Amino acid sequence: MSLRLKNKLIGGAIVTTSALSVVLIIAIIIIILLVTIIGGKDKLSWEFLTSFPRDGMMKGGIFPAIYGTALLVIIMSVAAVPFGTITALYLSEYAHEKSWLAQTIRFAVRTLATVPSIIFGLFGLGFFIKFVGVGMDNWFLGGQLKWAQPNLLWGSLTMALLTLPVVIVSVEESIRTVPRELREASLALGATKWQTIKRVVIPGSISGILTGTILAVSRGAGEVAPILFTGAAYYLATLPTSVSDQFMNLGYHVYVMSTQSSNVDQTLPIQFATTLVLLMLTFTLNFTAVIIRSRLRRRVK
Amino acid sequence: MNPYQEKAAYIFTAESLRKKFRFSEFFAEKLITSVAFLSIALIILIFIFVFRESLPAFRHKAKHNIEKTISEGSKPESYGSSENASPGQKPETYTGSETAASAAKPEQYTGSEITAKEEKPEAYGIVKDTGLSTDVRGENGSLVPSESNNDEGSLSSLFSNEWYPVSENPRYGLFPLIIGTLKVTLIAMLFAAPIAIFAALFSSAFAPPWLREWIKPGIELLAGFPSVVIGFFALMVMATFFQNFFGYETRLNSFVGGAAMALAAIPVIFTITEDALSAIPSTFTEASLALGASRWQTAVFVTLPAATPGIFAAVLLGVGRVFGETMIALMATGNAALSSLNPFESVRTLAATIGAEMAEVVFGDMHYGILFLIGSMLFIFNFSINAIAEFYVKGKLVRKIQGR
Repeated sequence: MSLRLKNKLIGGAIVTTSALSVVLIIAIIIIILLVTIIGGKDKLSWEFLTSFPRDGMMKGGIFPAIYGTALLVIIMSVAAVPFGTITALYLSEYAHEKSWLAQTIRFAVRTLATVPSIIFGLFGLGFFIKFVGVGMDNWFLGGQLKWAQPNLLWGSLTMALLTLPVVIVSVEESIRTVPRELREASLALGATKWQTIKRVVIPGSISGILTGTILAVSRGAGEVAPILFTGAAYYLATLPTSVSDQFMNLGYHVYVMSTQSSNVDQTLPIQFATTLVLLMLTFTLNFTAVIIRSRLRRRVK
Repeated sequence: MNPYQEKAAYIFTAESLRKKFRFSEFFAEKLITSVAFLSIALIILIFIFVFRESLPAFRHKAKHNIEKTISEGSKPESYGSSENASPGQKPETYTGSETAASAAKPEQYTGSEITAKEEKPEAYGIVKDTGLSTDVRGENGSLVPSESNNDEGSLSSLFSNEWYPVSENPRYGLFPLIIGTLKVTLIAMLFAAPIAIFAALFSSAFAPPWLREWIKPGIELLAGFPSVVIGFFALMVMATFFQNFFGYETRLNSFVGGAAMALAAIPVIFTITEDALSAIPSTFTEASLALGASRWQTAVFVTLPAATPGIFAAVLLGVGRVFGETMIALMATGNAALSSLNPFESVRTLAATIGAEMAEVVFGDMHYGILFLIGSMLFIFNFSINAIAEFYVKGKLVRKIQGR
């Protein structure tokens, strides 16, 4: 009898502990959301979103940061989504599952997904700025300094490398949900492989490409480390007009305002409101992706 | 046109059934294959270029003069007066104001918000003297400073105990950075691993299916939080909360940083552990239940051991995530390169060092190279962790499940 009681107690303890862990994690998520919302809601207004910082970033809004982040994720998506989709197409349509090439590519993609973001920043500096940029300046501009410095293009491309695995994984998952019968029907009707991919596979996995893009944008909007030395600027009085300009960024703005500024306390509302904007942006994007994805999974079932 | 001729075109022959060469097909396949190669090429390129930029660290002859600095040994290090004054100042300014600088104020930039403390003089002022007479010369293998020692001075200081990248006598001792990184990683893992594994156990073994469908995406939302937001939360909320709770002195320290990084690591560990637990064949649990074991006994004594390699991989990848985390480290650990084992002291991690100092170094000089060297180390470390998780653990997991 006592053994059974003991068993029951241990079992109860384990189930309770594990349930509490889940509750704890969910609670932390809610606390972070609540703290940012409470801290930032007073400052958040249309004017805050659409005006420039004033008085040495002590007052005013964050419009340049929003604008810069938007440009960053747009250029990043233009670069990352096609390459990611094509890689996913190769992995699911062309490569044999067990071939060494497919295995190596999969390993490379997973490695890319775990490389620390600061390494991408170093790579962006070492490759894009110090190698490609210097090369471009020497070849096309005769040594005039234009591309061999941090700018929007290099920042976006660095970010694209970071988000490439996100796109690949997401697109490949959705390509696999396109039923095999559809492909076979298309091939049986005389369509070639490329025609089948173009007319059947890609339209069938468009929601996956969309999910991948959303997740990549969410990731790219939130990451700061890769753009620390590849293009983000502390403060700019004007908006970037070409890809060779530097840009402001929401995440970087939060970072500099909360750690590098001389009067952290006075700008607290601005910091909270900026964090709130950033968090809301990524949270909404992620939430949308989760919903699209769960619908996709239900369709498969 | 002759109708028979047209009909004849539809008769299948060996010739007509053979796959025709179409340029568009050929082109599409080659293009897709070569783009797919990009991922592999990227890994190689990252390694090559990050390592290439670290070469100045080896080429550069150290400029510092030991004799000169020994005579100046007691003089406080003044960043302000040296020519490379700007590098790395800003984050340290912040550290200084947040934590404390020395009573003797050898490294004072702002002078306004710095509070005097007694630990720092040991770390900055006095250690410098003793460090010079023992460490630097000791590394060179001779007690008498001579001209030949100057060439290798700074590079040999890689293994010393001092990280002073911007001073007249720069020393690049990685030891405090490594200690700091390990300390933060350990603290983060102590928080993250149990919580995430228990949560995964609940989700896969105890939760009813409808709840499970909510838990998983819910926890994965945490993975979508930008690290700068977590860092901000740690800086503003957690730091104050823990300080009030434990009553230690330095507000930003490795404990706060570790706890914040646990938030970044939890989703990683949770997701992979959950997948590993769910991948255990249901025959395992059914057999256990049929033998009369209860649900928790099945979960703890059957499912969990069977998924051990997967959980190991999850924790490894969690370590990798924390090891390379930059923004949280920059914002929440205090950024002082101290090598103490006290969890309530400020630390500076490897990744944070890159993030804080890279923007302000002179391109191509030794400091720049050293930062890239740290980057290469991080990359190699992460690559190895991923490779171990991938090959060793997965092979083991498959063998275990198949019972071989």
